[in-house]
Amino acid sequence: MTLVLPVSTEPAIPAEGAPEIGRWRRLPRNAKAGVIILGFFILTAIVGPYVTPYDPGYQNPSLSASLQAPSAAHLLGTTQSGQDVLSQLLVGVRLTLELAFIVGAVATALAVIGGVSAAALGGVWDEILSLVSNVFLVIPALPLLVVLLGELPQKGQTATILVLSVLGWPWGARVIRAQTLAIRNRDFIAAARETGEKTWRILAFEIVPNQVSLIAANFVNTVLYAIGASVALAFIGLTNLSSWSLGTMLYWAQSQDALQLGAWWWFVPPGLAVALIGTSLVLLNTGIDELSNPRLRDAHSASRIAGQRVRPTEPTPVLANMQPRRSPVAAFLHSFSRSSLLDGNGKR
Amino acid sequence: MAFLLRRLLFYAVAAWVALTANFFIPRAMPGNAIQGIMAKFPGTLQPAAYKALQAMLGVGNAGSLWHQYVSYLNDVVHFNFGTDVTEYPAKVSTLVGETIPWTITLVGTATIIAFLLGTLLGILAGWRHGGWLDRVLPGLMFLQAVPYFFLALILIEVLAIRLNVFPIGSGYAQDVVPGWNWAFISSAVAHSLLPALTIVITSVAGWMLQMRNVMITTVGEDYVLAAQAKGLPDRRVIYTYAARNALLPQLQGFGLALGFVVSGAIIMEIVFSYPGIGLLLVNAVTSDDYPLMQAIFLVITFAVLLANVIVDILIVFMDPRARVSEVTA
Repeated sequence: MTLVLPVSTEPAIPAEGAPEIGRWRRLPRNAKAGVIILGFFILTAIVGPYVTPYDPGYQNPSLSASLQAPSAAHLLGTTQSGQDVLSQLLVGVRLTLELAFIVGAVATALAVIGGVSAAALGGVWDEILSLVSNVFLVIPALPLLVVLLGELPQKGQTATILVLSVLGWPWGARVIRAQTLAIRNRDFIAAARETGEKTWRILAFEIVPNQVSLIAANFVNTVLYAIGASVALAFIGLTNLSSWSLGTMLYWAQSQDALQLGAWWWFVPPGLAVALIGTSLVLLNTGIDELSNPRLRDAHSASRIAGQRVRPTEPTPVLANMQPRRSPVAAFLHSFSRSSLLDGNGKR
Repeated sequence: MAFLLRRLLFYAVAAWVALTANFFIPRAMPGNAIQGIMAKFPGTLQPAAYKALQAMLGVGNAGSLWHQYVSYLNDVVHFNFGTDVTEYPAKVSTLVGETIPWTITLVGTATIIAFLLGTLLGILAGWRHGGWLDRVLPGLMFLQAVPYFFLALILIEVLAIRLNVFPIGSGYAQDVVPGWNWAFISSAVAHSLLPALTIVITSVAGWMLQMRNVMITTVGEDYVLAAQAKGLPDRRVIYTYAARNALLPQLQGFGLALGFVVSGAIIMEIVFSYPGIGLLLVNAVTSDDYPLMQAIFLVITFAVLLANVIVDILIVFMDPRARVSEVTA
């Protein structure tokens, strides 16, 4: 006979008083790290432009101010024309994040509309929408963006937002369409239909709210794409070069030979900021993945059952077969107990 | 075979969409593009270059839209992208043709190496879930988020300028003459090592993460447990049972991600002044050379489509379901 005891040392569902803390503690470690790093940059984007030590565009005419290494006066050094790198960075983070979040919101909205309507309309419409999104997925985005932006008369923040949003929805639409098809046949949808709810109401209030985690993941992904693409486009000069974003900072550093001049403080801060924001988004997405697929959780999320670590993927342990870890003294004392009969099958 | 035929048909549609978009984008723009280019070369625009503009952008009275469209398609089929505007009298197709071998050799080789390495690491990380490879994951995610060109700047700074291990910039040394001789080839290889390293470092993490996640899910399948229960050696269970099945989604992902990888890699060429198609693209952007931009867009798109066809052929070889009848992708 084996005994199966549903013992878990996980705290029970937290009391109403402190739901937030409980939720935070249950977040995968990756997601926590992502939230913290991203939060730091969002904070920078909000307060950054108000706390710049210098005007980011101010070109110091004195020669001694040019290409200074980081110092107390210029914490991140100066550019070739004597501009303060820290001030540019503080302003640049806002512009880049602003663009990325707007693109994320617009493209995700398009993806939801496209995906849900493809699944809802079905038939020919579904085929057409799927074909369009698949075609846009297979055509490399960057050269197309270059052609589109290159021939636009006005390059700048708005143009980039527009073009990135228009090209950023296919992947999300594909995923959301599949999920809508999966939800559509559930009982609660049938119930809603029986009660006479209109189709658009079912779509907007029954189906979409049930995909919130998917939509959130798609938003994070799109923001990541927007940051990468906008920085790359700015780096090759396809934006308003008189504004300060992380991409234009890198553009000026590259075009004014920061590397050859040995001015690492000029290109490392904006590049590192892009990399860190990107990392936080990847971490956040991995966290969302882990929440929805317990198999992906790392070893840290193991729960302790009878003193042994058990990963979520492993079968629920059969306690009778598990030797709880005991100190030698405790083991000796335990051997006299009745429950010691259950230890190790016949190994005693 | 039906699977492959349907895929080929799909790529034909994708190619047609790209061609048509390329035709209509300049014509749909508010006219400033063409005015800009005319203003940029007042009087100096050669008749042949003007003809090129007509073909690509529809400048002047080039006949009805349908007529323009047909003659444009005809030109593209014959690789005739007209004469370049800025580097007259060079043909656009010659300019593009000179740079393609560089990019395909560099980006192609490095991407395949990164894919194979990442997949192998992903197999190991997925099998030993929670092992040491998992511990370096956050570091790998960081590398994945680094823009190619930024890592390129860092690597040049550290490995080429500070440590002087690799040569800086360009495709080959100044003092060798391009040709099929040892001096040139060795120089070209030496100059491509750092760009290749950049591609491998930034893209390996993505392949690894994807393979790891699929692998973890596959390892949990019953047939893997059954294989282990039969007492098969771990090696066999990992590679012939788990990895082989996990590889299919990985290959499909490879096809889809190819566009992103190629885009990142060609921008990186600027940092290295590598004589590839990326550098040409940037030069086209800075000099508002629209016919060149459009030709490059078409060439890159077709290269990616072709790579996708190859991926699909591989899938047919690996996935028996694709050989029967139903479309899986």
